[in-house]
Amino acid sequence: MRHVIAVLMENESGALSRVAGLFSARGYNIESLTVAPTEDPSLSRMTIVTRGNEAIIEQITKQLNKLIDVVKLLDLSEGPHIERELMLIKLNTEGEYRNEAQRLADIFRGNIIDVTPSSYVIEMTGDSDKLDAFVRAVDNERIVEVVRTGSSGISRGSRGLTL
Amino acid sequence: MELSGGEIIIRCLKDEGVEYVFGYPGGAVLHIYDALFRQDDVRHILVRHEQAATHAADGYARSTGKPGVVLVTSGPGATNAVTGIATAYMDSIPMVVLTGQVPQPVIGSDAFQEVDTVGITRPCVKHNFLVKSLDDLAITMKKAFYIATSGRPGPVVVDIPKDVTDPNTKIPYVYPEKVEIRSYHPVEKGHHGQIRNAVAAMQRAERPVIYSGGGVVLGEASEELTELTRLSGFPITNTLMGLGAYPATDRQFLGMLGMHGTYEANMAMYKTDVLVAIGARFDDRVTGKIEQFCPNAKIIHVDIDPASISKTIRPDIPIVGPVKQVLGDMIDTWKESAEDAEPQSLDKWWEQIEGWRSMNCLKYETNAEKIKPQECVETLYRITDGDLFLTSDVGQHQMWAAQYYKFDKPRRWINSGGLGTMGFGLPAAMGVQLAHKDAQVACVTGEASIQMCIQEMATCMQYGLPIKVVLMNNGYMGMVRQWQEFFYESRYSHSYVDALPDFVKMAESYGHVGMRVENPADLEAAMREAFAMKDRFVFLDVVVDPAENVYPMIEAGKPHNQMHLSPYLSSERELA
Repeated sequence: MRHVIAVLMENESGALSRVAGLFSARGYNIESLTVAPTEDPSLSRMTIVTRGNEAIIEQITKQLNKLIDVVKLLDLSEGPHIERELMLIKLNTEGEYRNEAQRLADIFRGNIIDVTPSSYVIEMTGDSDKLDAFVRAVDNERIVEVVRTGSSGISRGSRGLTL
Repeated sequence: MELSGGEIIIRCLKDEGVEYVFGYPGGAVLHIYDALFRQDDVRHILVRHEQAATHAADGYARSTGKPGVVLVTSGPGATNAVTGIATAYMDSIPMVVLTGQVPQPVIGSDAFQEVDTVGITRPCVKHNFLVKSLDDLAITMKKAFYIATSGRPGPVVVDIPKDVTDPNTKIPYVYPEKVEIRSYHPVEKGHHGQIRNAVAAMQRAERPVIYSGGGVVLGEASEELTELTRLSGFPITNTLMGLGAYPATDRQFLGMLGMHGTYEANMAMYKTDVLVAIGARFDDRVTGKIEQFCPNAKIIHVDIDPASISKTIRPDIPIVGPVKQVLGDMIDTWKESAEDAEPQSLDKWWEQIEGWRSMNCLKYETNAEKIKPQECVETLYRITDGDLFLTSDVGQHQMWAAQYYKFDKPRRWINSGGLGTMGFGLPAAMGVQLAHKDAQVACVTGEASIQMCIQEMATCMQYGLPIKVVLMNNGYMGMVRQWQEFFYESRYSHSYVDALPDFVKMAESYGHVGMRVENPADLEAAMREAFAMKDRFVFLDVVVDPAENVYPMIEAGKPHNQMHLSPYLSSERELA
């Protein structure tokens, strides 16, 4: 099962490596991991996407909680939540493909944010499935590079993961 | 009062009530060593290798319950300490390790004696810190001691760049009384509802067993454990780490369980209907095959660490909390509810257990020519009235000591259970002896293990530590040899310890007393002679039967009811 774990942690050097080290040391897999400081500069917010059965996810959350730098965490996939990921994709748009690329970007509500005679850079957000779908939709030969941030997650409703 | 960084560290130690620092000087900690030189409150014990500093601090901590403190330099000082830090981590021993670091301006430049200590130690510490400013030093020291000693204890490393301890920079010294860490709140109390459920299950049990571990020793809950066991009349087994938490000479004690546990303890585990696990973590050496672990039991698990619960065995009734408080609550709840409903009679269960016990699974054959290692431990037990602080190294001798020395008190049996660190015994004994000046301290060891930290005989000389080393010398890495005999058709690949030194001369060259015994008839007298030398370090080289194996034995990954018993008792491999 895929799980999305939101972690509120001390914004200190080394905190990220404690989390990354925990996953590698105990053999848990990380599908993606995003992290950045919050409105409170002493705290960072991390979103970890991982896979495992119930017992493994239970251990992951317990072991994360055990890290001294982890203030709070929540398995977002236990309730309604929203995930968004940002993708920047550079396409070779020489010749006829230029119009096709623009149409596809529109359909997926992407923005073209860099243009040269032979390329576009398209910016797109959405959940991971949508970005996967876009990558599948464009001509594979035309992809120059793909940059994805990994999912960031937040719960639905008025309550939040705060101190 | 304005102090420099070096002085602040020493003052913090004093304010924490630290008696001893185990350490070894070097470039990055010279400012701290200078501050040590100019005071008399904290005593420094100079070891001969940093690994020994951590083991000595560990022995001090295990035998007192107070945190052990280590001071080493950067680079190799820190890397040498890693084995001892990992040892303490695996057994949840409170320890604060101060490591020097190169000055901040050169961190990351591959400076002389630079390693990323925080990075290297991260997976084997409860927490670690890099002190980046003199202003953070005192508060970081406070946090380090608080984290090391609270909740599930463990080692904490404080890495201190040399510029932070510069004697020319001074700031006012304030040591905080208390420290709050917003992300760290150890559980203080077990859930009462769960405790009631547990006690109800225990009172309905027909074949209960208490299985307790090192957590009871660490949590100072030996008295409560003993009271609950007596109150309930349950049989009890201890893990390797939990020995001494319940008096081993008591009738309700079934001995150690697990890979080299007793027949009665392992059979009781296999047949139990209610297992009460207290401060134990279901280690693989204890559980054997997970799928057949206590196959018919409802499992109650008490532990202070939520991550220990359901890590390998999923309990039916988990209780997260300090064992002392939880056991106290269990005792009260038992007394209250026992008035309403009479607990089950355990007579039939005890009858079955006594049947298993009557096999006398630890019986061994003595020999007129060769000293049996079991006999060596039994003699040690007898001549010391069971009152030793006994440390051990790792291997066969460790198992024999655990099986044959009956510990009636906690904190008397000091060994590396989780990590299994050879070389632990002698330096650990130094920490124990320093903490208990007038107590008898001995180290049971093997000729392979002892050579891993044998240089510490010099430390013992320097500080006049009258430790008795009992070397059970079989010329092999015995446990490796045993596995090779059982599982590799007796191909003894590199387990023979060739070119052994003359241990008697070696002890003498360090200024100690060395003795050697080869004849069973001389064993007791030699041991008595050694222990009569109250103020001397004595190295007793006991030549034992090289072919002896540790029994009973459950092969790794096999269930509790499949034990190899001593060929002396039976040639049957499976009895149940």
